[in-house]
Amino acid sequence: MAEDSASIRSLRSPLGRVRGMGSAKGGTHHWWMQRMTSIALLPLSIWLIFSLAGLAGAEYAVVLEWIGNTFNAVLLLAFLTAAFHHAAAGLQVVIEDYVRDELKRFAAICAVNGLAVLLWLAASLSVLRIAL
Amino acid sequence: MATFTLPKNSTVGTGKTHKAPAGAKKVKNFKIYRWDPDSGENPRNDTYEIDLDQCGPMVLDALIKIKNEVDSTLTFRRSCREGICGSCSMNIDGLNTLACLKPIDEVKGDVRINPLPHMPVVKDLVPDLSQIYAQLRSVEPWLKSDTPPPPDAERLQSKEERAKLDGLWECILCFCCSTSCPSYWWNGDRYLGPAVLLQAYRWIADSRDEATGERLDNLEDPFRLYRCHTIMNCTRTCPKGLNPAEAIGEIKKLMVERQG
Repeated sequence: MAEDSASIRSLRSPLGRVRGMGSAKGGTHHWWMQRMTSIALLPLSIWLIFSLAGLAGAEYAVVLEWIGNTFNAVLLLAFLTAAFHHAAAGLQVVIEDYVRDELKRFAAICAVNGLAVLLWLAASLSVLRIAL
Repeated sequence: MATFTLPKNSTVGTGKTHKAPAGAKKVKNFKIYRWDPDSGENPRNDTYEIDLDQCGPMVLDALIKIKNEVDSTLTFRRSCREGICGSCSMNIDGLNTLACLKPIDEVKGDVRINPLPHMPVVKDLVPDLSQIYAQLRSVEPWLKSDTPPPPDAERLQSKEERAKLDGLWECILCFCCSTSCPSYWWNGDRYLGPAVLLQAYRWIADSRDEATGERLDNLEDPFRLYRCHTIMNCTRTCPKGLNPAEAIGEIKKLMVERQG
């Protein structure tokens, strides 16, 4: 803020600046989904950690069979969906906090969300190819 | 990017030392941020040695003593000296608080005094609050009601409805909380900050107010409201013991609640 106030050359009133373009009438869904995915990730992460620990040192075929099990595949897909959604949402908030330049902010958010979608698709397809 | 270091013309140098009078027994050092816009010089920390035997118990007493007896150029805001006007908010010993409510003996070692963090400085300990006042104005902190009041009586509230305003109406707008919030430091041009959001909730929670939806509409914004990441500095620093973080949480709950 310090740098801005020093560089403000506009004679617009403080109230005009604060009201700006009005409220975006949004943000609630983003915030709520971040909370919901974090709640979903609690049991899913515990399940995944215990499952992977149980599979430590197992034969390749055994692991393939474990992923191929419908119950495990569904929970894996759910974990991947929640995890990538949560990671992208969280990183977007960090970018909004710290990147001031509008264009850079937009580009960084696009990159994070795009990468998250690609990785989620790749990971999910891997599970599906084994499971189907 | 958000800037984490001070620009060159804002780095703080070491200033003058004003010695305590000879024979002073209980001396405490006050290291106070000084900046004069007319001098063209960088800010500096001046040291004032104060004899606590000749000074009142609060930090504000020391500041007034310095201004009256040692250095009349020291500039700060103060009015009521009893924690109700919110004028003497400043950063004392690393925590935003009211100088009039902060006992000197609570500070171990030197008493470091700075203006409220991350605000433009007018002079010495006086921050420019025009933007935060505009932000307060933007949430329209007054009763909005289409129903006219009874012609011969006040608008009534049940005891339970009135109790919902406790912990909100006591805010004195010293802005210790907003200026302690990292989110407000980085995005204070768009994020409203804890003090203003607590004021917004004070009217949202008021049973006599009829503009709740309009108020929520005005706040529903990734920056105005959702820059709050429950860092909790606001609640920790509030010299009146209020909980702005909880008020912001209540606003977020209402945002979800009204969606279905």
